[in-house]
Amino acid sequence: MSEATMGRAVARIEGIDKLTGRARYAADVHPEGMVHAYGVYSTIARGRIVSIDTHAADDMPGVIAIFHHDNFPKLHRSPASFPEENVVDELRTPFEDDEVHYAGQFVALVVADTFEQARDAAYRVKVSYDAASAAANLAQGRQAGETEANRTERGDADSAYASAEVKIDATYTTPVETHNPMEMHATTARWVDGRLIVHESTQGVIFARNTLAKNFDLDPSQIEVHADFIGSGFGGKLWLWPHSLATCAVARELGRPVQFMLPRQQMFTTSGHRPETSQHIQLGASHDGQLTAVVHDSINSTSSINTFVEGCGGSTASLYASDALRVTHSTAVVARGTPTPMRAPGAGVGLFALESAMDELAIALDMDPLALRRKNFTDTDPSDGKPWSSNHILECYERAAELFGWAERDPAVGAMRDGDWLIGQGLAACNWDAMRNPCDARVTLRPDGSATVHCATQDIGTGTYTIIAQTAADTLGIDIGRIHVAIGDSTFPHGQISGGSWATASILPAIVGACKAAADKLIEYAGNPGAPMADAEADDLVYEAGVVKNGKGDQATPAEILEPQKLPHAVGDFHSDGSPEDGYAYGSFGVNFVEIGWNPNTAQLKVRRVVSSIDAGAIMNDATARSQVEGAIVMGLGAAMFEATEYDERTGRPVNNNYAEYLVPVNADMPELDVILLNHPDYHLNELGARGIGEIGLTGVQAAVANAVYHATGKRIRDLPITLDKIMDETA
Amino acid sequence: MRQFDYKRATDAQGAIAAHAGQRAAYLAGGTTLIDLVKLDVMQPERLVDVNRLALSEIEDTEDGRLCIGATVRNTALAYDPRVKRDYTVLSEALLQGASRQLRNRATTAGNVMQRVRCSYFRDGISPCNKREPGTGCSAIEGHNREVFAVLGTSEHCIAVHPSDMCVAMAAIGATVAVEGPDGTREIAFSDFHKLPGDTPHIEHALAPDELITHVTLDAPIHGAGSTYVKLRDRSSYQFALASCAAIVALDGDRIREARLALGGVGTKPWRCHEAEAELAGVAADDTAALAAAARRAMEDATPYKHNAFKIPLARKAIVQAIKDAAARAGQGALA
Repeated sequence: MSEATMGRAVARIEGIDKLTGRARYAADVHPEGMVHAYGVYSTIARGRIVSIDTHAADDMPGVIAIFHHDNFPKLHRSPASFPEENVVDELRTPFEDDEVHYAGQFVALVVADTFEQARDAAYRVKVSYDAASAAANLAQGRQAGETEANRTERGDADSAYASAEVKIDATYTTPVETHNPMEMHATTARWVDGRLIVHESTQGVIFARNTLAKNFDLDPSQIEVHADFIGSGFGGKLWLWPHSLATCAVARELGRPVQFMLPRQQMFTTSGHRPETSQHIQLGASHDGQLTAVVHDSINSTSSINTFVEGCGGSTASLYASDALRVTHSTAVVARGTPTPMRAPGAGVGLFALESAMDELAIALDMDPLALRRKNFTDTDPSDGKPWSSNHILECYERAAELFGWAERDPAVGAMRDGDWLIGQGLAACNWDAMRNPCDARVTLRPDGSATVHCATQDIGTGTYTIIAQTAADTLGIDIGRIHVAIGDSTFPHGQISGGSWATASILPAIVGACKAAADKLIEYAGNPGAPMADAEADDLVYEAGVVKNGKGDQATPAEILEPQKLPHAVGDFHSDGSPEDGYAYGSFGVNFVEIGWNPNTAQLKVRRVVSSIDAGAIMNDATARSQVEGAIVMGLGAAMFEATEYDERTGRPVNNNYAEYLVPVNADMPELDVILLNHPDYHLNELGARGIGEIGLTGVQAAVANAVYHATGKRIRDLPITLDKIMDETA
Repeated sequence: MRQFDYKRATDAQGAIAAHAGQRAAYLAGGTTLIDLVKLDVMQPERLVDVNRLALSEIEDTEDGRLCIGATVRNTALAYDPRVKRDYTVLSEALLQGASRQLRNRATTAGNVMQRVRCSYFRDGISPCNKREPGTGCSAIEGHNREVFAVLGTSEHCIAVHPSDMCVAMAAIGATVAVEGPDGTREIAFSDFHKLPGDTPHIEHALAPDELITHVTLDAPIHGAGSTYVKLRDRSSYQFALASCAAIVALDGDRIREARLALGGVGTKPWRCHEAEAELAGVAADDTAALAAAARRAMEDATPYKHNAFKIPLARKAIVQAIKDAAARAGQGALA
């Protein structure tokens, strides 16, 4: 029996392939005869296309075709239905009509022999428009109208707030953020005998397959979506965007493989973003810090194509005990593409508001902010009264506070100093849902003692390949080097999207079940007439560490069992269910402590330290899990201090649409990061005790920074990002 | 990117001849040019590659100056021992610019010729007097926080000159050697970059087909200390919101001579002669006097919608840079 690997920092099994360039991403696939597509994008934010002049481009070398709304094949729309596993955030199919809904919308697609020829020709397509006025930002959108999407209420929040002993009333705003994974969106599509074969940079091969089946009126079995490797997605690659549909359509029209790569500039327009939010929070509390009223009314920008609701108040209803509560979500239309989930959607920006307000409340109460959170801990989910399956947030508080040295903090504003730098320390709670969804897997045991796991999920860089291999190795009791992980292919057994932090909790139970089923099949084969253990009672046979054993101490290898019977392999299939309906509430919890330095002489703001403690169930791989949390913290720091997609208000065009001017953190910005993973299994959710860990690390980071900034500077910044000009002392 | 013709030159006259009579551009590191060609902002019909010209040396001149070849890479210049010793401000400015990968590629002359980062210039479609004279400036009423100036602006253009290297060179003082069809000539560094005025498309003093061959730094001020303070949102790979190159020589505790230049706030590398004059004789630790000089440097600044904060931010950069440079100056050193 090989040594158990679960929980250990096993190196990524695909790491060498990635480092050496062997790993093939969607745009690395070059089918014979492939040609290239390049987009022409709207320069206006709202209106109609009057004419498209392709004259100068038509006769250019290499140009094969130029598609636009007058000559593009009609496609069927996705139902945008999560239960059908068929979701898009841009309901309109590409080139459906002459309407323009946002700047950067596709208005034409040039196909040419080479990428350079297609781009050159695209620049020469002239489009004229009849522009209409449009809301350029959330404030303008709200003037045109607000639509309430949903509300959650407990008690009478307004009267409880009105009669509260201590009150906080504040509005927090967050900007548009754009997913900026290293790998840009890419599609390589070809049609073979009526079958559509697509290599796509996607977080969900099954969802992508289902959407394309609907678009092209095919049976899902006629489509293959491949995503062997993905250079991350952060939510921007959960659902298909217009370029994918358009590429598949023109490949069919032309009868040739077509490849499309979305330029970085268009990552800012046609493939989603985290919407702009405005969040009004009211907290009421008794003098001893017990929350008596919580109100979280949020509104986010959406598009005229689809309604996207950013669930800002999702955590608010569950994180703290308060008898009176109101959480509402509303939207307003802005002339931008449709928003889409971005890592920790909802809580990512929602906890900036709630956890900033909690800090403001602690100050109003003259109470330690950690004590305030402890005081309002709830061991049941207040939204439905169910007990938490496993909630160790109090231990998170305790361990992170100790490692950070919270007890030594001087609570007075500006009281802590290091040379020219004022020091600020703040904290904020983290929270994310713990979910699992149905998943299938197949395990194939081969005569050579190796095993292959098949599942139509994918690894977006999080470590899914590796933890699947670990799960199979441990369940089968064989060395991890003998496990081959086959994912990223929609023809494999139905798997889950890489999103919502539920991949791990959903996939691994199916892997365990399939391993056991394969072992049972091997046992069955071992007992067949003529097989090594034909004379044994089936009940006497056991599978252990790669071999089948009988009660007498004999054992048979897969080769000894399979080869004489001319069996190629032993296969096990398994279906695992979604979240249990067992009376428990499921969630992950944690806390971030942040120390910042602010130099009033130079206006510089630096994060000096982050200590994070996370309760996300059993940790499957200490290295990849830790990387998830650390990476999420880095993104959270980016959201706190740097990230904002800026648009020109007159044209609706993003102005900082590149890596130089859309600021994400660089190494030089990164402080010391200490991540404590509690590693308490949640066996109610699944037999591995695993939840998910992709998103929770980001939640609360922005608020912890804002709270630390207040502690150092006395300035409460309620509008992200916290840039140096917002806290600059202009007189110093 | 549109199709273009590519010629590789091996000497200056060959490069100039290949450039003449074409809509051509000299290609050195390409870190700006290739970006702008790909974005369709620049549409050269020919690129003349000057990387093979013998212009990659850094040499001492007989009169104590330092002559830098046009194709010396930013990284090589920043780590040159003479630059680190005698022109610390230049080494620091270079190392705070761009990223290591870009610095390994970018050249001295290319950095002098760096184009603006204005998003309206770079989008290829917005009205922009620099890209298409007479169409108007989209930035003045647009988003103008980061790479937009408060000094030297006009109603026709407010784009910052984005180079850090040039700010240090403006403080040091330098001469740009150029070669053209009719021979060679020298241009004072301070005269090289042009204010936008009503001709923002004219960015520099080069005549048609002229090629920069060298930049020669003025002799260092004996005993002076120098530094480059660059303030920005993130700690690396961002253009300055405000920066200051300072060179300070002391006489006892007092400033004998100071040279200041600003980045991130000017439409060209911005030398501050009036503030420098105010600093002469001031005690190096007299924060109020340093702040007064900083106010003088910024007194003509014009704020726009999103960048008013740059005025106080630049003042902070100036005061910090003078203090840091003074701390490095040899006490009582005489020229």
